[in-house]
Amino acid sequence: MGKTLAEKVWDEHVVRSTPGEPDLLYIDLHLIHEVTSPQAFDGLRLAGRQVRRPDLTLATEDHNVPTIDWDKPIADPVSKTQVDTLRRNAEEFGVRLHPLGDVEQGIVHVVGPQLGLTQPGMTIVCGDSHTSTHGAFGSIAFGIGTSEVEHVLATQTLPQAKPKTMAVTVNGSLPAGVTSKDLILYLIAQTGTGGGQGFIVEYRGQAIEELSMEGRMTVCNMSIEWGAKAGLIAPDQTTFDYIEGKPEAPKGADWDAAVAHWKTLVTDADAHFDKEIVIEAADVTPFVTWGTNPGQGVPLGANVPSPEDFEEATDKVATEKALEYMGLQAGTPMREIKVDTVFVGSCTNGRIEDLRLAAEIIKGHKVADGTRFLVVPGSVRVRNQAIEEGLDKVFVEAGAEWRGAGCSMCLGMNPDTLAPQERSASTSNRNFEGRQGKGGRTHLVSVPVATATAVRGTLSSPADLVPATV
Amino acid sequence: MEKFTTHTGVGVPLRRGNVDTDQIIPAVYLKRVTRTGFEDGLFAAWRNDPDFVLNNAAYSSGSVLVAGPDFGTGSSREHAVWALQNYGFKVVLSSRFADIFRGNSGKAGLVAGQIDEKVVERLWVYLEDNPGGQITVDLESKTVTTPGGEVEDSFDIDDYTRWRLLEGLDDIGITLGHEADIASYESGRPSWKPVTQHA
Repeated sequence: MGKTLAEKVWDEHVVRSTPGEPDLLYIDLHLIHEVTSPQAFDGLRLAGRQVRRPDLTLATEDHNVPTIDWDKPIADPVSKTQVDTLRRNAEEFGVRLHPLGDVEQGIVHVVGPQLGLTQPGMTIVCGDSHTSTHGAFGSIAFGIGTSEVEHVLATQTLPQAKPKTMAVTVNGSLPAGVTSKDLILYLIAQTGTGGGQGFIVEYRGQAIEELSMEGRMTVCNMSIEWGAKAGLIAPDQTTFDYIEGKPEAPKGADWDAAVAHWKTLVTDADAHFDKEIVIEAADVTPFVTWGTNPGQGVPLGANVPSPEDFEEATDKVATEKALEYMGLQAGTPMREIKVDTVFVGSCTNGRIEDLRLAAEIIKGHKVADGTRFLVVPGSVRVRNQAIEEGLDKVFVEAGAEWRGAGCSMCLGMNPDTLAPQERSASTSNRNFEGRQGKGGRTHLVSVPVATATAVRGTLSSPADLVPATV
Repeated sequence: MEKFTTHTGVGVPLRRGNVDTDQIIPAVYLKRVTRTGFEDGLFAAWRNDPDFVLNNAAYSSGSVLVAGPDFGTGSSREHAVWALQNYGFKVVLSSRFADIFRGNSGKAGLVAGQIDEKVVERLWVYLEDNPGGQITVDLESKTVTTPGGEVEDSFDIDDYTRWRLLEGLDDIGITLGHEADIASYESGRPSWKPVTQHA
């Protein structure tokens, strides 16, 4: 019997396999940031261990860095200590670091692909659950905890039990104006936050093939939001074209050898998946969340659900709690929900295509009175590219705040946070209670919905906008 | 890592599903560079509520957390495990754990035992009827029991993690014992695989 893509990549990385034990997997690329690594480096020091492969390790600063005044010392002394600790560790252990102010600095999952370090058929880990983003290239990529960060630093391997495999097939093309973000929010609403648990998921079908690499990254990024171990997409010409010419992409004969191998990385026709889900792309519409986990979502055109809409007692209770936290009344049309802050950014939607789309929609419009619109590029390169294309001017003219690169309001670890009861429309990935700031209320949305919402001040799609007079 | 064989301690009924790691410890508490001191951030938002279970003196010294399904979803932060351990928890019982949280627990020495949803419900009822009631978690026999035998059932944990916890073994030490396998694998890697540093 044939193998799935995930099984092929897995099998290529098994260092050691023994019955009754997890496989020992080799790790091709280990990405590091300031928040989940200090204790790992401490562990190495305590045990007198070295980083086995500094040349397969890359560090950047993203979670806990400011998006304004990044050229000045970090104001929060505790944050500064954390960032300084990464710098000291990188220096001591010989790890390549792209610090604040460096042209390659940015969100770790934006930086890997744009450097060309993320390639098909790799194993990629990082102390961050959205490492699943890199699966868009046909790699097995997943988030790990700090003990595992230490393990990879010391051994360049990880003991891992082999997950089951699942196929999510998306038939047909996504309707005009519907993005890959809507698709993944739609999927998570169908499966719930635990639906992917224990699986490596392969996204496939026409709608997936038609996505750009950045659109594919958005889908794979949120695999963790429905509990999957990892999500991946078979590499194709779109993938190869994206990688070719990137700084760390293979060159010359190496390129040919790499592409020849990458072309074998597809699920065999007779391969077996442990589970399969089929979605019709035509059913997907602009999708938004109303609750406090990413599975609590509805079409933008729908109303806030009621606890009575659910059969299971636990769902009723969860809905009640979520509505109370979100300050919402059942039955309210989603489009009537007033939003205080709009955030475009994060490893889900902070890449250049996202910024182009946002700029195209807001051009000639103004941000609504009483609404704050934060645009945070995923990396310095994305920021520079946007400036080169004049997108920054479009945002500033519309009344948006144009920021420096980092995770920012996605997790509210730096000063970019919501106040208690403040409501956001956010292109990020999590709407958990307090995620964007204590008491903050988050609606997860796509870039077009976020941008239209910034203009109207209520949850909206570009179709709701009066055409701009440019 | 300390060996774990059996533990008896106060059970804490957390009647909530989908307890994500942002609830266990919000991001603003993740700025420390140590593995200790995270207990102040544990369930930080909920602890402002006087009715929250850990604010009840009968449960505040708890060491066995009994939670609803999908515990530990979201962020990979191992700080969530440390916060539970720093507070005093030795065991978390739930009908379903997020993968990364379960992995982190096994590495850090917190027992994440999977029990049937019905057993969760029975433990909740027992603990609510008997505030401060104890639960014994035996890793050797994979059982959870209450002192009067009101609840007596088994829990699941993967065999490899169980063995490591019982023996108190350092995972990195085990892997370094296979150094020759790693070196052999490395010698066969294709030359075109990317590197972050060039000689």
